[in-house]
Amino acid sequence: MTTLQSNQFCNTNEDPRNRPQLIRNHTDFGSVTDDILKGNDAARPPKSWWFALAISFSMMSMLGVLIGYLIVTGVGVWGNNNPVMWGYPIVNFVFWVGIGHAGTLISAILFLFRQKWRTAINRFAEAMTIFAVICAGTFPGIHVGRVWLAYWLFPIPNQMDMWPQFRSPLLWDVFAVGTYFTVSLLFWYLGMIPDLATMRDRATTKVKQIAYGVFAVGWRGSMRHWHRYERAYLLLAALATPLVLSVHSVVSFDFAVAQLPGWHTTIFPPYFVAGAIFSGFAMVMTLAIPARELWGLKNFITMRHLENMCKIILFTGSLVGFAYSMEFFIAWYSGELYESFTFINRAFGPYGWAYWIMVSCNVVTPQIFWFKKARNSIVIMFTASLFVNVGMWFERFVIVVTSLANDFLPSSWGIFEPTWVDVMTFFGSFGLFMTFFLLFIRYLPVLAIAELKAVMPAADPHGHGHSYNEMTPETDAQAALAEEDE
Amino acid sequence: MNQSRFTFPRWTNLALPATIVIGMTAPLYIAIVVAYGFSPQATDVGYMPEQPIPFSHQLHAGELGMDCRYCHNTVEYTQHAAIPPTETCMNCHAQIHPESEKIKPLYESYTTGMPIEWVRVHDLPQYSYFNHSAHVTRGVSCVECHGRVDTMEVVYQHETLSMGWCLECHRDPDPHIRNPDLVTQLAWGLDMSGAERLENSALWRTHNNLQPSEDCSTCHR
Repeated sequence: MTTLQSNQFCNTNEDPRNRPQLIRNHTDFGSVTDDILKGNDAARPPKSWWFALAISFSMMSMLGVLIGYLIVTGVGVWGNNNPVMWGYPIVNFVFWVGIGHAGTLISAILFLFRQKWRTAINRFAEAMTIFAVICAGTFPGIHVGRVWLAYWLFPIPNQMDMWPQFRSPLLWDVFAVGTYFTVSLLFWYLGMIPDLATMRDRATTKVKQIAYGVFAVGWRGSMRHWHRYERAYLLLAALATPLVLSVHSVVSFDFAVAQLPGWHTTIFPPYFVAGAIFSGFAMVMTLAIPARELWGLKNFITMRHLENMCKIILFTGSLVGFAYSMEFFIAWYSGELYESFTFINRAFGPYGWAYWIMVSCNVVTPQIFWFKKARNSIVIMFTASLFVNVGMWFERFVIVVTSLANDFLPSSWGIFEPTWVDVMTFFGSFGLFMTFFLLFIRYLPVLAIAELKAVMPAADPHGHGHSYNEMTPETDAQAALAEEDE
Repeated sequence: MNQSRFTFPRWTNLALPATIVIGMTAPLYIAIVVAYGFSPQATDVGYMPEQPIPFSHQLHAGELGMDCRYCHNTVEYTQHAAIPPTETCMNCHAQIHPESEKIKPLYESYTTGMPIEWVRVHDLPQYSYFNHSAHVTRGVSCVECHGRVDTMEVVYQHETLSMGWCLECHRDPDPHIRNPDLVTQLAWGLDMSGAERLENSALWRTHNNLQPSEDCSTCHR
């Protein structure tokens, strides 16, 4: 393993001639595997991992207890009531589904566009997707009131001859989210097979050998295996691509198909998709920054990766901002009384505070990424990503609550007040999410090891004296430039 | 052979044949479960409880040709088709076979004033609302739900009374509709061909402008 003298991780130079390698401080494959699996190979995980797991697990247990309380008592423990029947559960559902979107975008669309930098973040972005969709699925499941009848969501033949309403977007949602979960899971698992085989081969205990062996489904890394694997991966990427756009479009139909002012607009599908990708990338960033510190992945998730994500956040954040302003414009331009009222009420009515939290977090905050200094500062981008997460939750809160609370008929207006159960259930879902995530980084290959190797120069030996292995990894000039950026 | 170089224990070789066997037996298992679900055991079809008096519908409604409404007299006006009180029976049985051993409990009931405890055969769940008058006055015959009671020595449940079964008729009422005057003529229409019966049903459906509701709240109020 060749270790460079200066230990810098900055490769954000815009000029590719002066830009150091995507993967830092590694010139051979073996050291990449060693480095990525360091955390998994260690006999004991670091203290910080235990600490984080303890917190997450307690929060998850709280979620379980609260769901039990809900089932035993009934949905009256929530603040949902006439006229705001949807309340927190649906806000949280849309929030979590939205977060799930970055996973497929990174794994499918960026793959088809041959964006090499995706290889360092796709594995855990996909994991994040799956865990986020699990959190998302929990909420409609418990929101149905009679949890033991939640299977009625699915069109199962039954002696009652009773079917879900096929004309309702709520049913389309069941299919959209179900498909999304299935495809994401398959994609995630398929991509992991070669790495699981690596972990199987490195396993030191019998239990690990067998466990990883089962999930590696007999992978031996033969040429034929690789050939079929890459075909399947490409096909799944193509299948998953439409899902990036379709799932949150269908989620937006839950609102757009209804007649309520503030919901019934054609801008909803693209607006929701942009928002989903926005929030998804913010969450990837929120997870990636601590994970690369904790798990020592700075050589793989480099400044360049983070900077690229900053740019996507800037772009999608501006799209979302554009959508907010278009909603206002159309409300005025349509001359529709109720529509205009709804939007003025959103910004200056009883929920105005939520609206302005949303705007300042989602529209104003990302604008800082116009500056390269901000895109290269861990502190700034981490803070901004947290703001975006908060803002995107408030976006869903504003959409769900304001439209329901003040609709056409003033006599049926009302104010939504969440209960402590609402709030703690939402925090509990973060516990569920983080518990899964922490178990994932400890027990599964956190980065796509095999794929990462393919984007290293060592994967492309020329055999006539100037492959990466045989020359100085970086010229002095490049190193100096890189250092400057840092 | 030295086993130690293998990770998986030898018994895991059974995984493949086990999967095949399970895969092959799964359809059989599913078929049995589904068949049980449709069987009378699960649907209560054929439920025939023993009654305190061996009252024969076959004799009264069939041979003697008594109208259903003579005893179940509220069927055209209320939700519930009344079970007749002892007095209704006594209208005739004060004179007919007063000494019969079989109707001894009837006389006992008449003298003590304690009602006869008939056992309910057709028992809908409490959460489903069913109105007899709504059906019989629109030409849904007794026979559509209760079967040929006029041929039953002992009454039993003839249909599943499941929600799907209700909806079947609500979604497509033909050929279950007839002239409302003929609802108690259980044998009516048996001599018709299928097409004739359908035509007749459609005629009365149109005539009475029947549009059966499928809303949840129609039955679950």
